[in-house]
Amino acid sequence: MRLINRRPGGLGILASAAIPFALALILYVIASSIRLAENPDDKLLPDLSTIGAAIERVAFEPDRRTGDYIFWTDTGASLQRLVTGVFLAALVGLAVGVPNGLVPWFGAFWSPAIRALSMIPPLAVLPILFIVFGVGELAKVMLILLGTAPFLMRDIEQRVRELPREQLIKAQTLDATSWQVALRVVLPQVLPRLIDGVRLSLGSAWLFLIAAEAIASTDGLGYRIFLVRRYLAMDVILPYVAWITFLAFLFDFGLRRLNRRCFPWYGA
Amino acid sequence: MIEVRNVWKRYDDKTVLEKVSLNVERNEFITIVGASGCGKTTFLRMLLGEVEPCEGSIFVEGEPLIPEPHADRGVVFQRYSVFPHLTVLENVLLGLDLANARWLGRTFGRRRTQNVERAREMLKRVSLERTAGNYPSELSGGMQQRLALAQTLVKAPRILLLDEPFGALDPGYRTDMHELLLDLFGELDLTVFMITHDIAEGFSLGSRLLVFDKPRVDPHNPDLYGATITFDLPVGHHRRLDSIVDTMNVKPGQE
Ligand SMILES: Nc1ncnc2c1ncn2[C@@H]1O[C@H](COP(=O)(O)OP(=O)(O)O)[C@@H](O)[C@H]1O
Ligand SMILES: [Mg+2]
Repeated sequence: MRLINRRPGGLGILASAAIPFALALILYVIASSIRLAENPDDKLLPDLSTIGAAIERVAFEPDRRTGDYIFWTDTGASLQRLVTGVFLAALVGLAVGVPNGLVPWFGAFWSPAIRALSMIPPLAVLPILFIVFGVGELAKVMLILLGTAPFLMRDIEQRVRELPREQLIKAQTLDATSWQVALRVVLPQVLPRLIDGVRLSLGSAWLFLIAAEAIASTDGLGYRIFLVRRYLAMDVILPYVAWITFLAFLFDFGLRRLNRRCFPWYGA
Repeated sequence: MIEVRNVWKRYDDKTVLEKVSLNVERNEFITIVGASGCGKTTFLRMLLGEVEPCEGSIFVEGEPLIPEPHADRGVVFQRYSVFPHLTVLENVLLGLDLANARWLGRTFGRRRTQNVERAREMLKRVSLERTAGNYPSELSGGMQQRLALAQTLVKAPRILLLDEPFGALDPGYRTDMHELLLDLFGELDLTVFMITHDIAEGFSLGSRLLVFDKPRVDPHNPDLYGATITFDLPVGHHRRLDSIVDTMNVKPGQE
């Protein structure tokens, strides 16, 4: 059988997906043991037991100073900012994108402004956000919002424009008002696309979250990584990075499942 | 009932339609044939109110045509006529619900029960009652077109515009669709315009056949002149395919 016609089965899929991860882990262990053999005080590649102890310390023992389980308070603080920011961005994306794509006058008015807005590098205006909104939660949420909303607005606008004209005409021959076309024809068809858009923008949302936390914060996953960097605490940084990656994966996975569950007609 | 007066349509330098004039009585079944790209769809979209004529005007029962799509003119396109995010039942229900619920766009309680009842009757009429809960993507092309018909007819339009509605269906299935369409035409108070690329369909289905063609062609600039109605023939209602063959042998103009 030709190579292009051979497909992995159930176990094969699982095994072939797991192998690269296992390889990376093995390589790490080897590299770490080589470095530690040369210098037992090396902090760059701590061995697994050191990492385990660090996880134990931050996740399962209360902090000596504050009494918090800092791993979980960091996670909670970060997720709250991320989810708030992305959720607001999705709302703004819908509220602007749908009328922009559907109502010509609305689009003529807002589209150029939004295109200009989306050119602004969000990190460049971060200082402005800190000045305007203070260094509290609001500025961080605003950075995520500012960083992801323009993409979502333009994406949704584009998705609305891609709907077949025939559908909009058909709805009008069923006596739909503009509002009804938006509510019953456009909105439900755009929702799963919005979720796909959110999946795509989660990467940059994490970027903006960590950047904001690194610069001005007292808790959060990004804050912690940048804090312990001063002590070269790779044993904390590495699990934090792995955890962030896992959370990002979980979001993506969850949103994909949500799309399939809620919009069975989508992608069919 | 419908009067088209000296209608022209140009896009930039391209003349698509020229000098199109037509008078249509109530309950006529008009079929339209013509070469691909000659402007049949453009003509239909003018009747729909989606495209505005550059010159001339269209009147419906003496009134100028409402220049946007409207519930008195139902339409079925070759594709994309049904809503993929609504089930079969919801697709038919939509038109009824929109009329009853201006802001929510959907009804509840007794109203909804009544509307569901009507939608189900319509579905039964096009033999789709068993797939009421399915999404259009789970239906065959022919079933989707039947759904599109049901969705439109439940609003009881006076004018039904069909743009190659059966063009994508295989021939055997098309005959069933013809039967259905003629039955519905007989039952409802309809005036039908139907574009087809199937000449046999054009002859057999309608009561009047329009042929769109360019009477003048400039060999150096084919876009200079547009198409118009070159033949306007009364044709009989032929319910059986075998009679189509006879009709096909009649030369246009001879009737
Ligand atoms: N919006 C438009 N802009 C420019 N040209 C158009 C537009 N719509 C249609 N046309 C042109 O009008 C001609 C007739 O199109 P159409 O009515 O779709 O033909 P038919 O349905 O007979 O195949 C085509 O040559 C097409 O390129
Ligand atoms: Mg056409």
